[in-house]
Amino acid sequence: MLIDIKDIVKIYEVGTVKVDALRGINLQIKGNEYLAIMGPSGSGKSTLMNILGCLDTPTSGTYNFADQAVSEMEDNQLAEIRNREIGFVFQTFNLLPRATALHNVELPLIYSGTPSTKRKKLAKEALEKVGLADRMNHKPNELSGGQRQRVAIARALVNNPKIILADEPTGNLDTRTGEEIMEIFEDIHEAGNTIILVTHEEYIAEHTNRIVRLRDGLIERDEAV
Amino acid sequence: MRLFNMKFLIELWEGFKVALMALRDHKMRSFLTTLGIVIGITTVIAIHAIIIGLNNAFYSSISALGSDNLYISKFAWASREDWIKALHRKDITMKEADAIKKFATSVKAVAPTVSARRTVKYGSEKLTGCNIIGTSEDYTITANVLPEFGRPLSELDVDHRRNVCIIGFEIAEELFKKANPLGRRITVGMHKFRVIGVMEKRGNMLGHNLDTEIIIPIGVFQKLYGSHRWFTIEVKVTDARLIEEAKDELTGILRRVRKVPPGKENDFAINQQDVIADLYKSFTTALYAVAFGVGAISLIVGGIGIMNIMLVSVTERTREIGIRKAIGAKNKDILWQFLVESVMVSSIGGIIGITVGFAIAKLIASSTFLSASISPISIIIGVCFIGIVGISFGIFPAYKASRLNPIIALRYE
Repeated sequence: MLIDIKDIVKIYEVGTVKVDALRGINLQIKGNEYLAIMGPSGSGKSTLMNILGCLDTPTSGTYNFADQAVSEMEDNQLAEIRNREIGFVFQTFNLLPRATALHNVELPLIYSGTPSTKRKKLAKEALEKVGLADRMNHKPNELSGGQRQRVAIARALVNNPKIILADEPTGNLDTRTGEEIMEIFEDIHEAGNTIILVTHEEYIAEHTNRIVRLRDGLIERDEAV
Repeated sequence: MRLFNMKFLIELWEGFKVALMALRDHKMRSFLTTLGIVIGITTVIAIHAIIIGLNNAFYSSISALGSDNLYISKFAWASREDWIKALHRKDITMKEADAIKKFATSVKAVAPTVSARRTVKYGSEKLTGCNIIGTSEDYTITANVLPEFGRPLSELDVDHRRNVCIIGFEIAEELFKKANPLGRRITVGMHKFRVIGVMEKRGNMLGHNLDTEIIIPIGVFQKLYGSHRWFTIEVKVTDARLIEEAKDELTGILRRVRKVPPGKENDFAINQQDVIADLYKSFTTALYAVAFGVGAISLIVGGIGIMNIMLVSVTERTREIGIRKAIGAKNKDILWQFLVESVMVSSIGGIIGITVGFAIAKLIASSTFLSASISPISIIIGVCFIGIVGISFGIFPAYKASRLNPIIALRYE
């Protein structure tokens, strides 16, 4: 099992008010799955996404990632997991505005300590994979939204991670561009990667093989497409 | 271990590149931020260079006094002693000089000296305010001055009170231009003197032009201009290491000659070059203190400026920090990134400061008699300051950046 989550509870304290974001989630994900997490806002899907992506730790419960107990890790270990095992794709792209496409893609390799020449080679390959070989030295503001998201996907792929976590990856794109991005995800999935997609668009979720629906911090339904 | 170092270097280099980009994007802001550092480093470097110049000028000029010389007069140099009291003391005269010459075993030259300022004339040329020194043949030894040409005072000149003189280098140039002054008769005040020698070029001593001096036999001086209270006996001891013993011997002789009763304090002073050196040292120490004070204050102000701008920078780049953390940057990576940036800002300020400071020192050197030179020490001090300021004022913003929660940072607009 690639991801094994048991009884995950997450409680936020906002001032004196306690918010139960997740109230006991159980979820297993195998390698090379392609699934969508859906739910209305406030359902806890962002919180689950953050925990899956090792950006946050649960209040209680266990999270095993590739047989490592993530729920017991410290900040530095989590950073290493994020760096080596997880590739993020965000709704707002989250590229460094001052850096070129190439440098943005290189970034994860910098933090894994890859030497410069190897880094450049891997980053170029990743950009070629998403069809941006001719845009490598452009900065984000010189690229279209779809191109920016492709740079972000290249960045997510460059460290050859075990899973790709995509949070509303088409949310800021028009329908046609969104479809193009979804095609890229399909290619990545076919190449053997595991992809977890967070979305509230049914037609996007339908690209996947499994949909997990959340409501009020609990899994409402978990079904194959 | 090697792998770790490699990784660290890669991250540091990234920090360097990011810092460079950030500085390029905010040129004006970065420049203003460095101003405090520039002023601080400029002050320290310039004053240090000037003090080195002062030191060179000072020590080369007081070396004319000689470390093995003693100067006996009614007045003590640079002391808080009561001047009025010293003024009422009995004048020092030839009697004391003769006694020292006769009895002292620890001295090799004794030159009684008196001086006055007079105008010197030759034909239509004249030079005002020349220092006329009445002395003996030993002055050549005590003042360490030999004639460039001609001859020095001889014992016969002194004993027979001949109207002869040895003139300073500048007097020879001014009065005689290119003509040979030897054997000519010049007018000093009201009286005629025959030039028998011209002194070598000697330069300045404590702002005093030694090249406008005229040396004449002391007997002539006293006959023409009178004796007076500034009578000083210059003594060169045989061995500089025995200078304290020489002082004791001279004190004994002087007390006997001046009939100072036992138990009464000396009514004369035996002066030494180191008194002036000490006075000078306390002056430069004060100058250093001022430089250090100004430098330290502007560095602190500059440092606060850096901290301020780094805090702004951290806030502006909250999202960037979130992105970096999401893709695997550790807290220490972010810490280093911002620390590199603040050290870079202060380094730029420091480099400008060192350059400007050096330029100011050179400017002062070219417009005054000082020979300002930049020393490696002041550069090392400057670099240390830069590092300390960059790190100590950059660490708080960097730490703040490194502690940001990636989830909140990613959401930051």
